[in-house]
Amino acid sequence: MTSIYNRHKVIERNVTLLAVLSFVVVAIGGIVEIAPLFWIDSTVVKVEGVRPHTPLELVGRNIYIREGCYNCHSQMIRPFRDETERYGHYSLAAESMYDHPFQWGSQRTGPDLARVGGRYSDDWHVQHMTNPRAVVPESIMPPYAFLADRDVQTDAIGKHLTALRRVGVPYSDADISKASADLALQGDADADSADFLARYPKAQVRDFDGDPKRLTELDAVIAYLQSIGTAVDFNAAAAKEQPR
Amino acid sequence: MQTPPVQTSMQGTFLKSAGWFLLVLLLLAGAVVAADAAFAVHMLIVAGAAAIMLVVTLRRSDQAPAYADPAEYDDEVIRWGVIATVFWGIVGLLVGVVIASQLAWPLLNLNSEFTTFGRLRPLHTSAVIFAFGGNALIATSFYVVQRTCRARLAFPTLARFVFWGYQLFIVLAATGYVMGVTAAREYAEPEWYVDIWLTIVWVSYLAVYVATIMRRSEPHIYVANWFYLSFIITVAMLHLVNNLSMPVSLVGSKSYSAFAGVQDALVQWWYGHNAVGFFLTAGFLGMMYYFVPKQAERPVYSYRLSILHFWSLIFLYIWAGPHHLHYTALPDWAQTLGMVFSIMLWMPSWGGMINGLMTLNGAWDKIRTDPIIRMMVMALAFYGMSTFEGPMMSIKSVNSLSHYTNWTIGHVHSGALGWNGLITFSALYFMTPRLWNRTRLYSLRLVNWHFWLATLGIVLYTASMWVAGITQGLMWREYGKDGYLVYAFVEVVTAMHPYYIMRVSGGLLYLSGALVMGWNIRMTIAGKLRTEAPMSSPVYDPARDRPLSPVLAA
Repeated sequence: MTSIYNRHKVIERNVTLLAVLSFVVVAIGGIVEIAPLFWIDSTVVKVEGVRPHTPLELVGRNIYIREGCYNCHSQMIRPFRDETERYGHYSLAAESMYDHPFQWGSQRTGPDLARVGGRYSDDWHVQHMTNPRAVVPESIMPPYAFLADRDVQTDAIGKHLTALRRVGVPYSDADISKASADLALQGDADADSADFLARYPKAQVRDFDGDPKRLTELDAVIAYLQSIGTAVDFNAAAAKEQPR
Repeated sequence: MQTPPVQTSMQGTFLKSAGWFLLVLLLLAGAVVAADAAFAVHMLIVAGAAAIMLVVTLRRSDQAPAYADPAEYDDEVIRWGVIATVFWGIVGLLVGVVIASQLAWPLLNLNSEFTTFGRLRPLHTSAVIFAFGGNALIATSFYVVQRTCRARLAFPTLARFVFWGYQLFIVLAATGYVMGVTAAREYAEPEWYVDIWLTIVWVSYLAVYVATIMRRSEPHIYVANWFYLSFIITVAMLHLVNNLSMPVSLVGSKSYSAFAGVQDALVQWWYGHNAVGFFLTAGFLGMMYYFVPKQAERPVYSYRLSILHFWSLIFLYIWAGPHHLHYTALPDWAQTLGMVFSIMLWMPSWGGMINGLMTLNGAWDKIRTDPIIRMMVMALAFYGMSTFEGPMMSIKSVNSLSHYTNWTIGHVHSGALGWNGLITFSALYFMTPRLWNRTRLYSLRLVNWHFWLATLGIVLYTASMWVAGITQGLMWREYGKDGYLVYAFVEVVTAMHPYYIMRVSGGLLYLSGALVMGWNIRMTIAGKLRTEAPMSSPVYDPARDRPLSPVLAA
């Protein structure tokens, strides 16, 4: 052992050696743990129904990020009985495969939101966002009334989709060229949405915030919330009675 | 040193000020064409910084830069660092108390978008980790590297750039959070352009640090510098990889992470855990390895232990990230690796604690007489406690209860307030009289007050969050005899209320301790000495040190 400690003196006298060796030692763990996630296929098992976010959902998601919702809400249901009964089927890797960045969260000051889509009415969300304590008296969530006053900017959304395509989200050329129109369309119950729905299956098209004249940030946030966790049809995979 | 001919110096000043002026114009143009308001505000802030540089350049045109006497260490930038550390520490703690109060009384979100918990929480975490902790690390590392190498700082101008560049990074990050500019990655929230700026500052920091070591007059590089060096290198690696992203526009604040879902989650927590492991542990161990032996006036306990625990600590820490993702959609093999390495990490962590505590061998009486030593010992004790608690919480079955609860919050605060806070405060108390050439601190009794306020505050904080976290975890999974979940989510929120209030009181105590420190350091800098009874034990009176009655003895 003494000789090892003696040899360490070589490192202690040479700052280049010390720096290079430190870097090699700290690089190993990350390489072994992270790199395989990019080439082991079973890391993200493809699941039917998962698609990129629609432009309106994406705008809503960016507001979710901007307001720091992830500081209090997770989007990752763990495979425990109590969690699956409280929130729904546990989260699959594929469900966040188009999420740049991921929003799994680390705290549940508020409830998990991984399957909040379809759980409450749009009206409930409008009330809740405007004043959380109007619908849940014990809630400690901040109010987000200002979202209803702000119009969604539709012109720049194509650039957002392009940026996402550059990091691997499979938006088609049509998705990008029609992004602004898609954005306006999803908040309008009367719009002709056939082409939009063909490209974004199961997207919900309607006025979300109770103000059909305007497309507000509240529309976007509710459109996003109503979409979370709804992509995969878990009933199709549920146990069924054998046909006789 | 010869003064350069007036003409060339004039020319230099002209070129420099012209450069700064052009930069101001460029940044103002950036503000005009910005894709969003937040980016425009940020361009204006940077333009303001460049304008200040322009004025400074013009004002200093007639003088060569005065970097202290070559016979002394270059301490100017460290003095600024001490003041910045105290300032940002108080800001960070104050924001912490505010957001803790918001959880107890949601009215305090004030119905404004700029003051919601969601925007202020990153402000709190970044202010304490990067503004307070980062300034403490930069200041102490510059202090330690000069003294243990017996050499002046290399590249003095670059060292000043590191300090001011880092302050600009803090201002951009903080104002960004309040305006909603965030990459939504915990402890790495700043957006792409702020990340690029930090990279420039950080590489300069590495250059100053390594070059100073290369100028050393001592043959060996002291152990504190191993820790500081590995902290600087590793943080550079983590920062670069975790912040890879695609900006939407080159004149806009928004970007999208290069990774998604599972991969993004592990990259982020590989970063996140090692922000703890290298920013808050390795760097602060560097601090410990210099200031504890100096204040105790004892050599480091074991040289061999320091070699062993240095290499094992930096090797093992990097693997621990996946324990933040137990039972998630991250592959099981990665979770298990993360757990195993986290448990192994307990040993090198305690190696550091033992090396620090045992340094006091033969000087344990100083815990009684020297409040700075007492603070250091308490810091090491909290380091030991939280590095035991961490591995325990990384065990999957424990984590199934603790994850997503306030237990995690309690855990990080026992580390941050106990270890990082107290070791930094004691280093500040050590450095301040030496940096400003004072005989001693303004008041040692105030240090004692600070110690007890801080310790009581931490105890209140962590105890309430432990109880809150375990309560939360148990209530979420509580099943009744009927086979249904007993509690609705909101009932658990209600149950947290008393603990949230207790936490606010703990935070207030800790903040008041920091204010006492601010006052003490301010008065020390002002050159005041408080007249007070000494802290040490009873005075020796030889007249009473004798048998009671010589007659009886005879």
